[in-house]
Amino acid sequence: MGFRILPKEIETLWTLFTGPAIWAVHFLFCYVWAAIYCAKRDQLQFGMVFVRGGIGVATVIALVLVAAGGYLAWRQWGFGVNNPPHNKPTEDSRTLFQGFSTLLLSALSFVAVVFTALPTLFIQACWP
Amino acid sequence: MLARHAGKITGIAAALSPVGGLTGCAGMQSALDPAGHEAQELYLLFLGMCAGGAVVFISVVSLLIYAVHHQRRVHSDRVVARLILWGTVTTVAVLTVLLTFSLALWPGLRPVQAEGQPAIEITVTGHQFWWDVRYQTPDGQAVVVAANEVRLPVGERVFLTLESADMIHSFWIPALAGKMDMVPGRSTHLSLLATRPGVFRGPCAEYCGTSHALMAFSAVAMEPAAFTAWLAARRMPSPTAQAAGLQAFLSNGCGGCHTISGTEARGKIGPDLSHVGSRETIGAGILPNTVQSIARFIKEPDTIKPGVRMPSFRMLPDEEIAGIAQYLKGLQ
Repeated sequence: MGFRILPKEIETLWTLFTGPAIWAVHFLFCYVWAAIYCAKRDQLQFGMVFVRGGIGVATVIALVLVAAGGYLAWRQWGFGVNNPPHNKPTEDSRTLFQGFSTLLLSALSFVAVVFTALPTLFIQACWP
Repeated sequence: MLARHAGKITGIAAALSPVGGLTGCAGMQSALDPAGHEAQELYLLFLGMCAGGAVVFISVVSLLIYAVHHQRRVHSDRVVARLILWGTVTTVAVLTVLLTFSLALWPGLRPVQAEGQPAIEITVTGHQFWWDVRYQTPDGQAVVVAANEVRLPVGERVFLTLESADMIHSFWIPALAGKMDMVPGRSTHLSLLATRPGVFRGPCAEYCGTSHALMAFSAVAMEPAAFTAWLAARRMPSPTAQAAGLQAFLSNGCGGCHTISGTEARGKIGPDLSHVGSRETIGAGILPNTVQSIARFIKEPDTIKPGVRMPSFRMLPDEEIAGIAQYLKGLQ
């Protein structure tokens, strides 16, 4: 079997939480990173630009991961060929339902990551 | 950039309001009648959010009316999918615009020291149920102590350090800026820039005990020259500090809790009374500053302000109370 960048279709409920989990980690990173910098900025050798840059990099990584998770979900959903609600008691229906749900959660997480990072564009310094 | 347009937008909003409908919102304690830079930004935020909220409300109600009128017509799956998709996209777009708008105002509400040193630094400490106010003079040489009144120069940035001696209080001058909590054991900060002279009212905005609703102060925005003269005068004792009435004040123990500079009264428990006669109000913003009000407060502080630490002096003869009140009113 050849090397695959994307794994085969996954049959586990955990994929559902990929997007929200990335969102949560990104959220924690942004707040903890900024809070530590503002509390210890007198002892640190770098400025707020570095903090904002760090959040920017973390945001790009988070968005790429969420988008990748979304792509996998889209594939699991059959690239949108089948219409919801996928409510039949069959394995196929369950798989499609999970793919569709994961896709929606990925979209939500994508927006959430952007909203979490948005203040970084405007806040230029710690207060006070 | 937003701040530059704030005045223009406010003007348009005032013009559009039916026959100055917003005039009912004017007054000394109104966030809708801004007299400071920060309050102006918040007013702009309020107008922006109202406009955004109105657009969302009208859109939702329109969709509701559409749904009710077309209840018998069945849409195809394709149309339904498009409705859901574009409904979601529109919602996210509106939220993004409103969020970005509010965040863009943030730097104006929390200006950092980069804008230059503030003209004056004031430390306000909240007590049950009054405010201790200390001005650090620009030369850093002296601290002027006052109470229940904050004076600031128009057009100059003032930096406030907020503290609390007992409960959580909240410092709020709606006409000048947003509110900031005063937390025991911590220092919080607020920055103010008054844009027009006037007398404004600031209430305590966090429940702090029985007389929380009776805990307020005056904020007086003065022309810079007048403010400088006022602050210089406050560094000296009142010219009438030794006038008749001081003896009654001291012999009844008032000096155990209150300070009057230039006299033996050096108490720290209650508000500093060195220039109490010149303040706008008595009892932390609840009574007009008249001899009668002062006399009434001496006689029955527990009635005027339940839970206050000051004991009542009902047992004193009315003439003696009147003499003390006359003396305190004279401390200009």
